[in-house]
Amino acid sequence: MKLSVWTYEGPPHVGAMRVATGMKGLHYVLHAPQGDTYADLLFTMIERRNHRPPVSYTTFQARDLGADTSHLFKDACRDAIERFKPEAIIVGASCTAELIQDDPGGLAETMGFDIPVIALELPSYQRKENFGCDETFFQIVRHLAKPMERTKRITCNLIGPTALGFRHRDDIEELTGLLSEMGIDVNVCAPMNSTPTDIARMGAAHFNVLMYPETAEAAARWCETNLDQPYTKVVPIGVGATRDFIAEVAAITGRPALIDETRLRQPWYAASVDSTYLTGKRVFIFGDGTHVKAAARIARDEMGFEVVGIGCFNREMARDIRATAKEYGVEALITDDYLEVEEAIEKLQPEMILGTQMERHIGKRLGIPCAVISAPVHVQDFPARYSPQMGFEGANVMFDTWVHPLVMGLEEHLLHMFRDDFEFHDDAGPSHHGAQATARVEQVEAVQTVTSDNVIWLADAEKELRKIPFFVRGKARRNTESFAAEKGLNEISKDTLYEAKAHFAR
Amino acid sequence: MNYIPTPPTGGGCRTAPVLKERGQREVFCGLTGIIWLHRKMQDAFFLVVGSRTCAHLLQSAAGVMIFAEPRFATAILEEGDLAGLKDAQDELDMQVERLLARRPDIKQLFLVGSCPSEVIKLDLAKAAERQSQKHGPNVRVLNYSGSGIETTFTEGEDACLACMVPVLPQTDKRQLIVVGALPDVVEDQMLELLNGLGIDNVRCLPTRTAADELSVGPNTVFALTQPFLGETHAALLRRHARHLPAPFPYGEEGTTAWLAAIAKEFDVDAETFARVTDAPRARARAAVSQASEALQGKSVFFMPDSQMEIPLARFLARECGMLPIEVGMPYIHDAIHGPDLDLLPAGPQISEGQDVDKQLDRARAARPDLTVCGLGLANPLEAEGLTTKWAIELVFTPVHFYEQAGDLAGLFSRPVRRRNILGLEAAE
Repeated sequence: MKLSVWTYEGPPHVGAMRVATGMKGLHYVLHAPQGDTYADLLFTMIERRNHRPPVSYTTFQARDLGADTSHLFKDACRDAIERFKPEAIIVGASCTAELIQDDPGGLAETMGFDIPVIALELPSYQRKENFGCDETFFQIVRHLAKPMERTKRITCNLIGPTALGFRHRDDIEELTGLLSEMGIDVNVCAPMNSTPTDIARMGAAHFNVLMYPETAEAAARWCETNLDQPYTKVVPIGVGATRDFIAEVAAITGRPALIDETRLRQPWYAASVDSTYLTGKRVFIFGDGTHVKAAARIARDEMGFEVVGIGCFNREMARDIRATAKEYGVEALITDDYLEVEEAIEKLQPEMILGTQMERHIGKRLGIPCAVISAPVHVQDFPARYSPQMGFEGANVMFDTWVHPLVMGLEEHLLHMFRDDFEFHDDAGPSHHGAQATARVEQVEAVQTVTSDNVIWLADAEKELRKIPFFVRGKARRNTESFAAEKGLNEISKDTLYEAKAHFAR
Repeated sequence: MNYIPTPPTGGGCRTAPVLKERGQREVFCGLTGIIWLHRKMQDAFFLVVGSRTCAHLLQSAAGVMIFAEPRFATAILEEGDLAGLKDAQDELDMQVERLLARRPDIKQLFLVGSCPSEVIKLDLAKAAERQSQKHGPNVRVLNYSGSGIETTFTEGEDACLACMVPVLPQTDKRQLIVVGALPDVVEDQMLELLNGLGIDNVRCLPTRTAADELSVGPNTVFALTQPFLGETHAALLRRHARHLPAPFPYGEEGTTAWLAAIAKEFDVDAETFARVTDAPRARARAAVSQASEALQGKSVFFMPDSQMEIPLARFLARECGMLPIEVGMPYIHDAIHGPDLDLLPAGPQISEGQDVDKQLDRARAARPDLTVCGLGLANPLEAEGLTTKWAIELVFTPVHFYEQAGDLAGLFSRPVRRRNILGLEAAE
């Protein structure tokens, strides 16, 4: 048993739903109790889909359990095929149905349907949503894709994007454009927007672009072995990664790696003097492994931040993230426990968090700005505008997104200068986030405080600390405490504060 | 005091044939009730013993996550708990121990059963008893099931309130218990009205904190403010309390009829009743007539969701001039819904249970001006050109009694007005 307050991932059958809902002409018959239909709202509300997910639930109740629940499942299969006329169905069980062991796969296979029936085994008590996506897509590909003659032009399949994915919709468009500039067409994009018939002709592509290892790595590997299709290993998020991706595709296809970079603004924006204030900002990065790995590289090499901690919630990516952490000289946090993440952030006191919607809440609580880089998604993660993460436009989008929560360069200076101003004080927060601006409440007298390591902040030091603007106060407190610890001091005075400041000057 | 609303001329719906359906039900399970119950009972914690799906549901149903650390969590069953490698009872004790150490402010802990815990027959009653002994009297531990195999959406609140009734102390005093979780501001308005009628001994279930005393016995009468409290109704009858049947207090008429049923029981004279209710009645009527302008003559179709459908249809038909086409309910309970069915003008199809695809076919054929449905169906129907009101908002918004009558009408009229305001065609 594991106590969970908020979860980063849903159960594996929600992953299967993400695959089915992204596709067309596929139906999912899910053996599940009444109530599991809540998952429909993820797609209709969060993603604002204009159709119901193609899922039939058996919605059994207690009174059905005494009798025969397997006929409910069979009826649901029959009704779904008759009503929706899918090209193929996938069948499986949610967590409760797994316990009653009706074997949906076996039942459906004996019913003699003239369309492919793909059985899913998704162990609900061991695995999670991303596994559900990956396994479902893999099973669909394994059942339907066949080796076949390659297209005359060089083509690839884009694999990995699903319903309810973090910016998947726009990443597809960005990559399709980028590949087209290299003279490469997209044969099939899957699961998103594909039909079972499309999956059957995946073998015509020359190679696969694995967009999100979380959702399609198993399928990519299977295609490599069985369809003789190499797949790309670089995920093109960030300027450097996009250039690496172009080089990788060029190596696979023999196409020249010539891409017009005129619409790429990120490097100039990062180099322009207004961005000087971004230098060395301490950032903590958390999310799914793929986005975290990409964000770490962008943060350090393309924004000039200092990465003070990274982690991911999906254990499947633990090895990758540990290796990345090592490269950045930090410890990797591999956990799906929201409270552990909060604790790590509280301890590290970063100046900014690059995280998920969960970390946005943590940031709100701790007063640390946060930009969202990864699923789990929220209605805000489906903006009306074009907003990819991948490719050169993705790099531009991320520059804007990451800078937005911060106090801007000149404003930062003004806050330093006029920090005693009654309106323009630091508790008001960045001025472009209007709602936070409130008139200053007279502060209570600073008193001496004791840290968890029993170091005493004398009242004058505490008072001086409060004069430091909020967006660097956490860093100042932390630096001073580690300076005191290093020097073996058990009291922090105003002098200690400034000695630490000099010590850490850069 | 004897006030009875004028029954419809063509007769009501109490004896109308009910279309009973069984098939896919597009509804939440009872765990969803935790979202509002944990805000109502401020020293209570709800520990769901279930799966990742349960945790995911709570998170998703809450829509946006609540900023503060919530007073609910899920103890997620893992492979080891199911395979019998670990004793689930020991595991649960350990989680409760950790939780109570972390949250010393908790005075009531509800162990909430889920589909998987019910299927593996994890005995939460035993666990609650054991933990009550261990952590009492500081913390009271109770259990109920919010599982989807036993409860539909609002029945979760019913199960929660029902589990508190058997442990209430016995009393012989004459009193009124008002049953159903209401927002504090609405509850206060209600208490003021009852107080104005001279009814002093009024208590609420649930109480706001565990320390608020509540007892029950043969001289207790009770009134329900929510139409989904069937189990709690039965549990109170078992404690020899008596139910005061009445229409539910939605709208001016519903509120007046509800208050009148209580006033009659407590022999309130007509003059006092008029003095207390005349002004708010007039206000409510004015507010409803203003807010319901866009609803007059429009048709409405209810998908089954919260069991509030029949009383709401009665309000919309009688006070807002709407024409119900179908009124779907997850369950119909005559003792509870009868008074509203009496007042609902004959005509609409009353349906119980659901086969969602068939019901959607009926809705598409009827092309109602407004469809009341769950979140999973609303956007798809909007995209088909139907105007919808998502039902969960009716549960989360203060809608009871006089001062909210206008707001209640507004909840239904806003989508209708919105469709008229938007200058461009909605997305195809």
